[in-house]
Amino acid sequence: MNITEKIIAKHANLLQVHPGEVVEVAVDWCMANDVTIPLTIALFEQEFKFDAIANRDKVIFINDHRIPADDINTAEAHQKIRNFANKYGIKLHERDGVCHQIMLENYVKPGDLVVAADSHTCSYGSIGAVAIGMGSTDITAVIGSGKTWLKVPETIQIVLDGKMPKGVFAKDVILYVVKMLTASGATYKTVEFCGSLIAQLSISERFTLCNMVIEVGGKSAMIHPDEITRQYFAHTQVDWNFFNLDQPATYAQQIQICVDDLEPQVASPHYVDNVKPISSVQGIAIDQAFLGSCTNGRLDDLQEAAHFLRGKKVHPGVRLLVTPASVTIYQQALQSGLIQLFMEAGAIINHPGCSTCWGASQGSLAKGQRMISTANRNFKGRAGSPDSEIYLASPATVAASAVAGKIIDPRGDV
Amino acid sequence: MIIHGAAWIFGDDVDTDQIIPTQYLTLPTIREMAKFTMEPQDPYFATKYQSGGILIGGKNFGCGSSREQAPAVLKELGVRIIIAKSFARIFFRNCINLGILLIEIPQLDFVETGTDVMIDTDSSHVQIGKQVYPFVPLSDFLRKIIEKGGLVNYLRETA
Repeated sequence: MNITEKIIAKHANLLQVHPGEVVEVAVDWCMANDVTIPLTIALFEQEFKFDAIANRDKVIFINDHRIPADDINTAEAHQKIRNFANKYGIKLHERDGVCHQIMLENYVKPGDLVVAADSHTCSYGSIGAVAIGMGSTDITAVIGSGKTWLKVPETIQIVLDGKMPKGVFAKDVILYVVKMLTASGATYKTVEFCGSLIAQLSISERFTLCNMVIEVGGKSAMIHPDEITRQYFAHTQVDWNFFNLDQPATYAQQIQICVDDLEPQVASPHYVDNVKPISSVQGIAIDQAFLGSCTNGRLDDLQEAAHFLRGKKVHPGVRLLVTPASVTIYQQALQSGLIQLFMEAGAIINHPGCSTCWGASQGSLAKGQRMISTANRNFKGRAGSPDSEIYLASPATVAASAVAGKIIDPRGDV
Repeated sequence: MIIHGAAWIFGDDVDTDQIIPTQYLTLPTIREMAKFTMEPQDPYFATKYQSGGILIGGKNFGCGSSREQAPAVLKELGVRIIIAKSFARIFFRNCINLGILLIEIPQLDFVETGTDVMIDTDSSHVQIGKQVYPFVPLSDFLRKIIEKGGLVNYLRETA
């Protein structure tokens, strides 16, 4: 068994599981956010007619997609969420940041099995947890019963080797992987990242890799916990012996990638797998730039972007929106002077949340407008008008482009 | 069972932001959201679509966000069956849970919207225009959930 299979077997109370087998599992955490909770409440009360929650300590609600409420419908939805959370004693985060960052900062630990009503749940593979996105009917059943069924996935192993070139980041690596695998290349499968590059990546960078596994259709992602994971969880009780594999791991497919010659990558409209090297999209004029999201809204991302904004001004034709992924990161950015630096450069700072990434609030695009973004999706109309365009890139490429007013290669300015 | 309907054609990688765009997710009911179904693909889809029509997509239908509002608005408009070259995982599970029958046909050829579709669930064949395709039926467990109209009814009736 590989580590994903071992974690599933443990939660199914079985010694062994095999890809393709359907098993019933207990979950450590079940999370939903303000887009999906209203459906869950309706299902819980009117359809399933549950009268109790299986284990309130394992259910986490996080309002992050539309905070603070910017219209009456959202305010009503938030009130409904608040009332439900109070009634059943569920922990509700209302201002803390993007749900996946909050789960990383507060709850999930290596070896956990997590289900959540949000597709980017796969991010927690970065710390060695099996984490799977599901819809609201499934999540409601978990809230009421504490269990769910799942098919043990096959695993694609991606071996990353080499040394990251200057100006190239985890985001460029995962965009390159998405291009290689295509938007459906890992459907129903788990993607496990390994190889000598992993030891060079922080938990934040690993999170960026695993976050976008859903963009290749993946069910979950995995990075085997190592010394960096142990340091990150130095103050948390974790059974590290569990991660010693007692049998050889098996994989459905193996892909080798060397990053030595990788150049910055950009996903062009309107598909995340429409990825091109920066050299072929340079010079495209932009109206907006977004720095944030669960993919790239952490402190290291803000620091990287700051290199390109220090002492400079955002291009007069561009709006630069900065949204730290969590309040904790926001405070760190304030203390280290990053927020001051962004404001002096002419950026708009938004409160932590999903923000411009999902387009319903904080920076929607008008018809014909073009944005370069550190987010994870560039679907048609994802951030406003169906006639707008989104390009996805690393924080460095986004910040450099915001100053230039057009997409440029950050290596020209490193 | 034999089911007839008219084809409504979509391309590859139709994501759930196309099926129900973000800005309509805070509308208070699925019925209100359903007016905006597929808006980025065709602003008039919700008014033109007639209940019972068969959606036909390319590869990776329903990719992207986990929002269950996507299959829910389709169901609200009267979509009971979707045929595609392949489906994204979360959307697949959401459709089963809501009682929408999914048929995967990897070798599907392109046809025009409005083409007659005939589905024979007993012999597991689909006829689209003149072309006949066999398909692999869903497992008995998933078919039972669909027959009951979704997971909620299934659990209620089998509890």
